Amino acid sequence: MSAKRRSGLAGALHGAEVIVCCGSGGVGKTTTAAVLGIEAARDGRRVVVVTIDPARRLADALGLTDGLAAEPQHIELADPPGELWAMMLDTTATFDGLVRRYAADESQARRILDNRFYRNIAGALSGTQEYMAAETLHALHGDERFDQVIVDTPPSRNALDFLEAPGVLTRFLDHKLFKVMMLPARRGMGVFNLAAQPVLRATGKVVGSDVLADAVAFFQAFAGMESGFRERADDVLALLRSDVTRFVLVASPRHDTIDEAMWFAGQLARQDLSVSAAIMNRVHPTFGTWSAQQARKRAGEASGPAAALWRNAAELADIVAAERGVAEPLVKAIEGAALAEVPLLRGDVHDLDGLAQIGAALFDRQ
Amino acid sequence: MPLLTASRVIVVAGKGGVGKTTVTAVVARAAADAGRRVLVVELDGKPALGALVDEIPLQSIDAPSALDEYLREHGFARIAKRLSSTGVIEVVGTAAPGIDDIVVLGKIKQLERSGEYDVIVVDGPAAGHATTFLTSARGLLDAARSGPVHRQAREVVDLLADPARCQVVLVAMPETTPVNEVVETAYALEERVGVQLGPVVVNGVDVAEGEPPLDADALDALDAADGVLDDDDREALRAAAEFRIARRQMQRAELARLAEELALTQVHLPALPVAGVDADGVRRLAAALTAEVGL
Repeated sequence: MSAKRRSGLAGALHGAEVIVCCGSGGVGKTTTAAVLGIEAARDGRRVVVVTIDPARRLADALGLTDGLAAEPQHIELADPPGELWAMMLDTTATFDGLVRRYAADESQARRILDNRFYRNIAGALSGTQEYMAAETLHALHGDERFDQVIVDTPPSRNALDFLEAPGVLTRFLDHKLFKVMMLPARRGMGVFNLAAQPVLRATGKVVGSDVLADAVAFFQAFAGMESGFRERADDVLALLRSDVTRFVLVASPRHDTIDEAMWFAGQLARQDLSVSAAIMNRVHPTFGTWSAQQARKRAGEASGPAAALWRNAAELADIVAAERGVAEPLVKAIEGAALAEVPLLRGDVHDLDGLAQIGAALFDRQ
Repeated sequence: MPLLTASRVIVVAGKGGVGKTTVTAVVARAAADAGRRVLVVELDGKPALGALVDEIPLQSIDAPSALDEYLREHGFARIAKRLSSTGVIEVVGTAAPGIDDIVVLGKIKQLERSGEYDVIVVDGPAAGHATTFLTSARGLLDAARSGPVHRQAREVVDLLADPARCQVVLVAMPETTPVNEVVETAYALEERVGVQLGPVVVNGVDVAEGEPPLDADALDALDAADGVLDDDDREALRAAAEFRIARRQMQRAELARLAEELALTQVHLPALPVAGVDADGVRRLAAALTAEVGL
């Protein structure tokens, strides 16, 4: 790739207030988010990194001996013109906070928060985690302590939900079952009459009547809160679509993760959003100016230890060529976006120095 | 070690990025090449697996259709119709967490019981969901005390608890984080599911091959080669050798740590010089697997 595109990473992220890191599992999304956070703090910004992944290793690398918490914690950097904060997403607590905010009074909030059905869906309903990530991001964006919010997303098949997450809850509210369940609240029917509804009777036979009764009680308690939730969802979506938000794809040069990154780029494009930058982690470094074929030829000509050295050079060149080939479609697909690489390191990243080393590679300061 | 004959169902589990789908394909290929009737099951709707296993039968199972099918086959046809026509399954699954996992595992159990296959290899759920997936049966057994869901949960618990019928193969890579994660998952599965753990399959092991070996002697030879190579080539060769040797050392250290922290047999699959394994790579790895564990 050209030096011009590589140096583009700083430019692509300039002025960002929200950075969303997307990619499949195991490509180093969380580490990348932390590195971008350190870089922003170096630039004098007050930045908070929100991670969905409860990675112990990241907490260790940031010097947080007690792990990441659900509240932003200040990270001590050596000479930071800005500030770095980090926190972990707590889906259930965030949902609880929304319920408290939009409940008409304490007793409505209590009825929902204590409901068993709610306790189940708060953490488990598909899309809830993504919705709460978007919600947290929105809240932090409005928090005066921070200039920039960086978030990593769940593995990318779900990251679609992240984009659509604000809509997930409203779709849920538009759900037929929800409407059936909301009827009695409007008509003054009791839970018993409600349970006689054919759909609910069917549901109850499969999952048991207790489970059903909890669900009905939840929906009834929820009555009146929909509009608050809907408005909030619209605000979050507007933020994700605004030009202060940047999407960064994280991948490694392997078929499956490149496919996921391209799939995600396509999803963004479908929503009229664009990728600002792509970061390729774990790229094998290039040694020498020879091709794999040339190195192999020299290995054949050499004898003794020199043959081993050239054989190694050929094998590494094979991998580099394969990686280039596999990354090519992504590079083409996101033409115009900044592109940066992090070389495959000899060992694991376990401290701030290691993170800084990745930052130097990403922002071309080596 | 009788990996492929120890049980009929092999659930392959591992965190993202460690090559779980590749290992699923490799185990299936090794079994098929040994003449066994193999079925591959995938749960994530990943299109990649089909291309890796070629002609081996592949079945996708998703929760809504598995629930629908289960209800129809157990005398709840009318309910099934109503539930799917109103799209309630997601809400049902949410109200009773784990119900979607149970119907999927129930479907696998049904395939196992059919006797049509000698080996059923399951590409387990992604990321951290593997433990939840396998613990769902025990959880539901307590929550739903009667009815169709209870019966299904009971049968799934029986399947998981029987080492002759089911085992879990964990996948790792020889690096710090994947090793930590596989150790954690192994303990969680042992404590909370009580399922039989098969060998740990370690992907991408860079085994030193060929003669002469790439080692300190080779590096010494560089210093002696003054005049034969130009300086740039010599330094590049040195850097390449040092890089490879350091990576291998790191891998060896992680494999040793894995052996120390987890008393399970390790099976090592060699790193291929490719960027992602294809069907051909799967054949090569299957041969390596067969050579290593026997059948």
